[in-house]
Amino acid sequence: MPSHNYFTYSIGKKQITAVTGLGLVGFTATHLAGNLLILVGADAFNAYGHALVSNPLIYLAEAILLGMFVLHIAMAATLTAQNIAARGRRYYIKNRSGRGETIASMTMPYTGTILLVFIILHLINFKYGAHYETTVDGVVMRDLFRLVVEYFANPLYVAWYVFSMIALGLHTGHGLQSSLQTWGLNHPKYTPKVKMVSVAYGVLVALGYSGLAIYCYFLN
Amino acid sequence: MSAKEEMLTLNLKIWRQEDRNDKGRFVDYKMEGVSTDSSFLEMIDMLNDELVKEGKDPVSFDHDCREGICGSCAMMVNGQAHGPNALTTTCQLHMRSFTDGDTIVIEPWRSRAFPVLKDLKTDRSAFDKIIAAGGYISVNTGNAQDANNLPVSKENADLAMDAASCIGCGACVAACPNASAMLFTSAKISQLAQFPQGQVEAAERASNMVREMDELGFGNCTNHAECEAACPKGIDLRNIAHMNREFLKAKVKGK
Repeated sequence: MPSHNYFTYSIGKKQITAVTGLGLVGFTATHLAGNLLILVGADAFNAYGHALVSNPLIYLAEAILLGMFVLHIAMAATLTAQNIAARGRRYYIKNRSGRGETIASMTMPYTGTILLVFIILHLINFKYGAHYETTVDGVVMRDLFRLVVEYFANPLYVAWYVFSMIALGLHTGHGLQSSLQTWGLNHPKYTPKVKMVSVAYGVLVALGYSGLAIYCYFLN
Repeated sequence: MSAKEEMLTLNLKIWRQEDRNDKGRFVDYKMEGVSTDSSFLEMIDMLNDELVKEGKDPVSFDHDCREGICGSCAMMVNGQAHGPNALTTTCQLHMRSFTDGDTIVIEPWRSRAFPVLKDLKTDRSAFDKIIAAGGYISVNTGNAQDANNLPVSKENADLAMDAASCIGCGACVAACPNASAMLFTSAKISQLAQFPQGQVEAAERASNMVREMDELGFGNCTNHAECEAACPKGIDLRNIAHMNREFLKAKVKGK
């Protein structure tokens, strides 16, 4: 285990941000896989949701997830505050080289903030939203499908959701490859490929989540 | 870029600041008859000759070798560290990179850890402090013959040589959106970690140099790669990855 003062170093904070970020990227993938059951049908989606919440391990999973979010946000916010302070006086003009910063990399603190607001609203709207009931194969369970479809009847909610998922795509598109660099994984042959996979992942999650929201809009 | 010498008329916008405590401001200068064959620093020399003749205070800037190896000529030229050309220090930048009638904005490095001393001169002793925290090998490496008894692979030797080409100019800090010194620090950590002689102190070195860098108030790398693009010596981001590994190893060892 790293020594007790690991967190007090810049690289320690960066590595915690990176590893929790990777965990959260994994969460976005499994969450999207679950959401894709909407395409299969209401019963499949509801049965999946029911299986998740009726497994006692869900509390452990949720605790780990919450821990990752809290650590990720706390470390990233500290690092960002230090970065702003480190510049001191701003440049009168600052031109980018065109070979470094990308839209994704330069907006990380902003996309991160959008995602935090999104997640809070998302939990309020869905996890703690209206409780409808349905019966699948004789088992009474929550009708999450109905709630989701009703929510996305409002085009403004769809627009906010798509906006947030573009933020997610940008955030993970930079974050995935960045986390590997922070953990010291950089290779002249594989790193360019890792960057492509990272960007492709960002595009896929943004399209996947947004596509499902638009699909639900048209189910109304 | 034309091979034939031309004379340029330029509008310069240069940061003037009396001392550390002065607020500082931009001052506009018009330059006429600047040869495309002259270097950027020669152009400032011309301006300073004029200012001295007029009894005014010349523009202070750091310079020494004027051949791209000392790392003194730190300045932002039109918002880019060392100007618009890749792998070039300001002293190696020629006026043929500009066109007649251009406005050129010249600013010092902006970093809380590099306070402005006067005009374009900054106090970059923070880099010396990072080196002093561990950027050395203190084991007795013996004579040439002993060195030959400790083989270093071609790959390690090449990586060490690439990292050693860092001239400590500070362009990485200046160009980094976070004013981070991680490219500089990593070049030193990575260079010394390539050798068996450097392994002895590798853990303490990584830990102490990173600690010093943090305490001096530099920002934190967020992997934009603006430093790599601005570096006149082409120091690779792989060095930062290597530093991150060395740091992790040091912390696992409890150093």
